[in-house]
Amino acid sequence: MEKNHLYDYTLRLGDTALILGQRLSEWCGFGPILEQDIALTNIALDQIGQARQFLQYAAELQGGDADEDTLAYHRDAHEFRNILLVEQKNGHWGDTLARQFVFDTYNYFFFERLMKSSDERLASIAQKAMKEISYHAQWSAEWIIRLGDGTQESHDKIQQSINDVWMWTGEMLEADELDEMMKDAGVAPDLAEIKSLWIEKVSEILKIATLEMPEGTGHQRGGKKGLHTEELGYILAEMQYLPKSYPDAKW
Amino acid sequence: MGETHSLEERFQAYVDAENKIEPKDWMPEKYRKTLIRQISQHAHSEVVGMLPEANWITRAPSLRSKLILLAKVQDEAGHGLYLYSAAETLGADRQDLVEDLLSGKAKYSSIFNYPTISWADMGAVGWLVDGAAIANQVMLCRTSYGPYSRAMVRICKEESFHQRQGYETMMKLASGTPEQKAMAQDALNRWWWPSIMMFGPRDEDSPNSAQSMKWKIKRKSNDELRQEFIDKTVPQAEFIGLTIPDPDLKWNEETGHYDFGEINWDEFYQVIKGNGPCNKQRLDARNKAHDEGAWVREAANAYAEKEAKRRKEGTAA
Repeated sequence: MEKNHLYDYTLRLGDTALILGQRLSEWCGFGPILEQDIALTNIALDQIGQARQFLQYAAELQGGDADEDTLAYHRDAHEFRNILLVEQKNGHWGDTLARQFVFDTYNYFFFERLMKSSDERLASIAQKAMKEISYHAQWSAEWIIRLGDGTQESHDKIQQSINDVWMWTGEMLEADELDEMMKDAGVAPDLAEIKSLWIEKVSEILKIATLEMPEGTGHQRGGKKGLHTEELGYILAEMQYLPKSYPDAKW
Repeated sequence: MGETHSLEERFQAYVDAENKIEPKDWMPEKYRKTLIRQISQHAHSEVVGMLPEANWITRAPSLRSKLILLAKVQDEAGHGLYLYSAAETLGADRQDLVEDLLSGKAKYSSIFNYPTISWADMGAVGWLVDGAAIANQVMLCRTSYGPYSRAMVRICKEESFHQRQGYETMMKLASGTPEQKAMAQDALNRWWWPSIMMFGPRDEDSPNSAQSMKWKIKRKSNDELRQEFIDKTVPQAEFIGLTIPDPDLKWNEETGHYDFGEINWDEFYQVIKGNGPCNKQRLDARNKAHDEGAWVREAANAYAEKEAKRRKEGTAA
């Protein structure tokens, strides 16, 4: 395994955490009730916190003067390696929760295994994050149940949100060459195993929530290789505006 | 009548002896109403106050500053919760209080009706707005109503942290590139006067203050607090090389305080009346979030009812 492969792989983890954190942070101040505004902001804080650790590690692997901010603020869309799911718009509360639920469920199984990575740094980041990720998975599953088994309106809305988000779920569950290489080196979890655990858990929660599970898993992919949807450019334009407008400034 | 009189006298003596009033204690109706109004306005200010800072979360220029800002705005939501709870101990209902905010009937701090137009505003708001709020809140830690005073103790700890972070941001900008320094000075120029207006009208124009002081809800007058804030803040501005936008500002050896220029009271009353730069945007944003969240709150309530019913049936069986 070469260093640049580990760098690319670490970017996937860091960028996915960062872009999801960035999306979730858009909710801050606009939640349906204060308590849930606080809860969702907690998840945003955790995601950005994890992103910093992964990106700092990636920057060290890259060498030179780069740090977490160089990677977050001075790359263009094609250099980002996040999965497409996390760059999708927040939509309404149900859309955000559907995206969060499919992601958190995956992330829970993923981090549980990443804790045993042969790469000590990735293992240690995963160990530190495991507690918060368990909480996220529980919280978003509870919301799916609450909305699914709440009112007729919320049931219909969340069913639609689950259907809409479905096409983005495949990318995180299916391995490409880099995932395979990392798995073989003992660095990365086996996505085939995670996929079956994910299907089992998601179908269990959807059943409790009285919701239908869409068929198959989604077909859209590209983010892991830098091929993004139209959303990412806007996210970056906003996120990177200050460091790009004032290249000599330190913040 | 005589009995009421004696109850009020006993209440006043109790307060004068520096005792805290607790929710179940007898209190004059006007004391209760004054507190509900003040505490709920304070809660609304925390909630509306999230908006001008939330405006910059997605554009924070470093990951560290993004986390700090996000955590800060989240703290404000938490403060709103403590304060709504404190108001509920007086018999108010949170939902009613929120309705009053959304309809425009209730007030919140006018400072949040000013826009945050550059990143330096995140520094200025933390340094000046939180600084002014703390001056008031430190005093309220000793307010006579127990639950309010205890909420304030918790809030003050977090607010002083926010204020230091704000000042740190200003310091960084003021010692940065010429553009960053200009950004910092511009933010100070815009936020200085609204910040010193936060202490309210001059003492002679603040008719309700005397009663609040007598009941020890307030312990310092508007003008005293304003002067303390100015005396503390001017050297901080000098230290980082920024200029307070008041040509009349000068140290007075005799009084041991800074003299300062005349506040634009017309602007002060205009913003209170709803004519500030962002009054409409802030209320619209709160209403939009509330309306769009209605189906979510309804679902949560419906689910909780179903669960309670299922538990009851489960127990019965």
